[in-house]
Amino acid sequence: MSANEIKHAGLNLGDTDELTHGQAGSAVFGFWVFLMSDAVIFALLFATYGVMLPATVGGPTPASEYKILSAFLETLTLLTSSFTFGMVSVAMKHGASRRQLLSWMGVTLVLGAAFLGMELHDFTTMFGDGAYPTRSGYLSSFFALVPLHGLHVFFGSVWIIVMMVQVMTFGLDARVKINILRLSLFWHFLDIVWIAIFSVVYLQGLIR
Amino acid sequence: MMTQGIWPAVLGRFDWHALPFVRAWENPTASEIIGAGAALLVIIGAVVVVVLITRLGKWRYLWSEWLTSLDHKKIGIMYIVLAFVMLSRALIEAVLIRMQQAAAIDNAGFIAPDHFAQLFSTHGSIMIFFMAMPFLVGLINYVMPLQIGSRDVAFPLLNSISLWLTGGAAGLMMVSLVIGEFSTGGWSGYPPYTELAFSPGVGPDYWIWAVTLGSIGSTLTGINFAVTVYKMRCPGMYLMRMPLFVWTSLCTSILMIFAMPALTVATALLALDRYLGFHFFTNDLGGNMMNYANLFWLFGHPEVYILILPAFGVYSEVVSTFSTKQLYGYTSLVLATMAIALLSFTVWVHHFFTMGQNADINAVFGIATMTIGVPTGVKIYDWIWTMFRGQVRFTVPMLYSLAFMMTFVLGGFTGILLAFPPLDYLVHNTLFLVAHFHNMLIPGLLYGMLAGYHYWFPKAFGFRLNEKWGRISFACWVVGFYIAFMPLYVLGAAGVARRTQGMFDPIFRPWFYLAGVGALILVAALGALFVQLWVSIRERDANGVFAGDPWDGRGLEWSTSAPPPEYNYACIPRVHGRDPFFDAKRRDDPYAPPASYDAIELPKSSMTGPMIGVVGAATAFGLVWHMWWLTIIGVLAIIATVIARSFARHVHQIFPPDEVKRTERRWLRAVAEATPTSREVEMTSVNQGVAEVSS
Repeated sequence: MSANEIKHAGLNLGDTDELTHGQAGSAVFGFWVFLMSDAVIFALLFATYGVMLPATVGGPTPASEYKILSAFLETLTLLTSSFTFGMVSVAMKHGASRRQLLSWMGVTLVLGAAFLGMELHDFTTMFGDGAYPTRSGYLSSFFALVPLHGLHVFFGSVWIIVMMVQVMTFGLDARVKINILRLSLFWHFLDIVWIAIFSVVYLQGLIR
Repeated sequence: MMTQGIWPAVLGRFDWHALPFVRAWENPTASEIIGAGAALLVIIGAVVVVVLITRLGKWRYLWSEWLTSLDHKKIGIMYIVLAFVMLSRALIEAVLIRMQQAAAIDNAGFIAPDHFAQLFSTHGSIMIFFMAMPFLVGLINYVMPLQIGSRDVAFPLLNSISLWLTGGAAGLMMVSLVIGEFSTGGWSGYPPYTELAFSPGVGPDYWIWAVTLGSIGSTLTGINFAVTVYKMRCPGMYLMRMPLFVWTSLCTSILMIFAMPALTVATALLALDRYLGFHFFTNDLGGNMMNYANLFWLFGHPEVYILILPAFGVYSEVVSTFSTKQLYGYTSLVLATMAIALLSFTVWVHHFFTMGQNADINAVFGIATMTIGVPTGVKIYDWIWTMFRGQVRFTVPMLYSLAFMMTFVLGGFTGILLAFPPLDYLVHNTLFLVAHFHNMLIPGLLYGMLAGYHYWFPKAFGFRLNEKWGRISFACWVVGFYIAFMPLYVLGAAGVARRTQGMFDPIFRPWFYLAGVGALILVAALGALFVQLWVSIRERDANGVFAGDPWDGRGLEWSTSAPPPEYNYACIPRVHGRDPFFDAKRRDDPYAPPASYDAIELPKSSMTGPMIGVVGAATAFGLVWHMWWLTIIGVLAIIATVIARSFARHVHQIFPPDEVKRTERRWLRAVAEATPTSREVEMTSVNQGVAEVSS
């Protein structure tokens, strides 16, 4: 793509090649549909959490287990990682150097790992208080919902590593670009899910 | 011996008594011997298939042309083969259930209660997940891309992965016959009965993982089909020009995308309870089994329409083609399909009216349930009006359509009865319910799939199916259905609980005998279907329709050769109306060759699908038997396969213009040489696949 060509608002895949754009359209739309299906899973787990919230059976309660500072830091970390992934997309769109692209991906990966580390630390603290998933229905539903999001972040991080290797191996061919696009959708989706977790699980739990 | 040293780590909780042969040896009752016989049948079946393929030297052909293929047509055919295999097993189980209930009046019968419970659990699970789902997915796979003028689905590799996940799950069902036992918790697997406290064995675990693998496969299929319909239509194929089968495929796919996750969540939470000691549905520590009922039926009710909508699509195609009339009320059929899809998410509570929610909630869901009868009624009228003053031919698919209209309406009436909560209280969990849902699903799914099978078979294989045996099979399916299930309405209204292994009141006996005879007629129906296939293959030269249009077809799928070339269409068609091929035949020459041919790019075969399916099934097997090493290796292998595949770059094959030209020329020559057939003789060997057009 020549430097003075005007770029449209979305991600530019290269020369105006209708076939590639058509394929990219299906690929990205298909991934959106997948995310909607995944969103249904989270929605049902949120509903289950809501149903089971009162089932503490004399054990640990949300108010006794959630730490607002830690949850807030996790939120900040994940939101920042969404921003840095946005920078990956911008770097790709404007044909930035490969080094720049890879470093934004790297920063996102580090933030994702930091988030996972903090989340694991939260869980071990909860375990230390005796708040195991086997203790009550409420804790079961917590440990189905929140770690599932963590698992998604973990696989998202693995995916970032794979894409970094592919950028180094293939450069930015059409497939790599499409897959980075899909990965970015996935990463932002996890951000949205986390915002729901932060509001519905942590904030609601602490207000009570 | 196996409780010492390294064995527990390797074999998990397996021991010799997991093998039905050992159980039958130690305790030779009729029930155990039947179990061992079934296991033996599975083993013999597998061995015969392997020996046969080896003797014929077809392994390489099978692997490279079929198992690894990403061609939507071959994947569709493999789905339907799987459906027929599983149908055979589940139908035999149905006969055993009927025979036991007929024999066990004031008597122990010949099947032990535990074994009986396994029979109705596998019968239901297989019929829904491994007969009905593969059949409709296979049919959509084959037909829908052809109908929208596409060369493949949107994600061919994902299609193969879905097929193999379903196949792996079906394999797990078969393995459960040979190693261990199956769940006794019914096809819906309600906890707390299926929790560890009451079902500590491997049975519910087989159920959980088979259903989970299958539901993941179905979710991916739904995504694939929906994107295909939205994105891969040929020029001019606007949404409101799509054949009705495409519309129902789309609605079914949307239901799959949004309903299957509910099943995945239900089975996953049950697995967390059973494996890690969570308390979602247990009786103690805050478990709440009502939540399972909600989650399961949040999937389960849309599932009913996932099953029925594609059949509605088939009927729409069949009735229109065999009446030589445009489909009556196209727009209302589309709207009715959409309405049904939407309403299907608003009625799930009618599956458990009796479970203690207040009367107002029951009333809301009862009314919502009755509302579904409205769009369905619209459809029935549309099909009747389509036939009105048409040139109706009573071919086998048409016969199924007519039988469907009569029978399905009857089932609908009993559905309206069940939708009244106070009435539902009286017949809940009785054979009345069993009669009702068989009355919906046999005409609403099976007849539709069989109509589609007869209708599109000549397209897929290039020759027509034998008419005589088709009619014999049809007669058996219809007569057998009525004799097998009408007695169950009577019994259910008299209060006989479903899933009962033995009865005491001799007054029930005649009805159970009658139902047993019906079940045997249904087996004859399946037998006739297989005979028909055999006879048709032997007579294939006389009934060839290579030219591709045996029924004076209306949609694009009839405008290419039978079977179609791998790329479906040498040139992507352009569509000007709702019945593009029918109109083209009457307007100008639809067989005119294009000025030139272009090279065509299609995906190459891939072993990713078989890998993921087989390893997925092995992973599930490891989970069932607590062989953790197998599970860990399996999960890692799946992740590695996916990552490795993402690095593959040369994944396409090219068909050069010369080859396309040769293939097309050969077909067009056959079209030119064929004698056009009039509608009066389309069921005879005169039919060579070119329709006589009177304009």
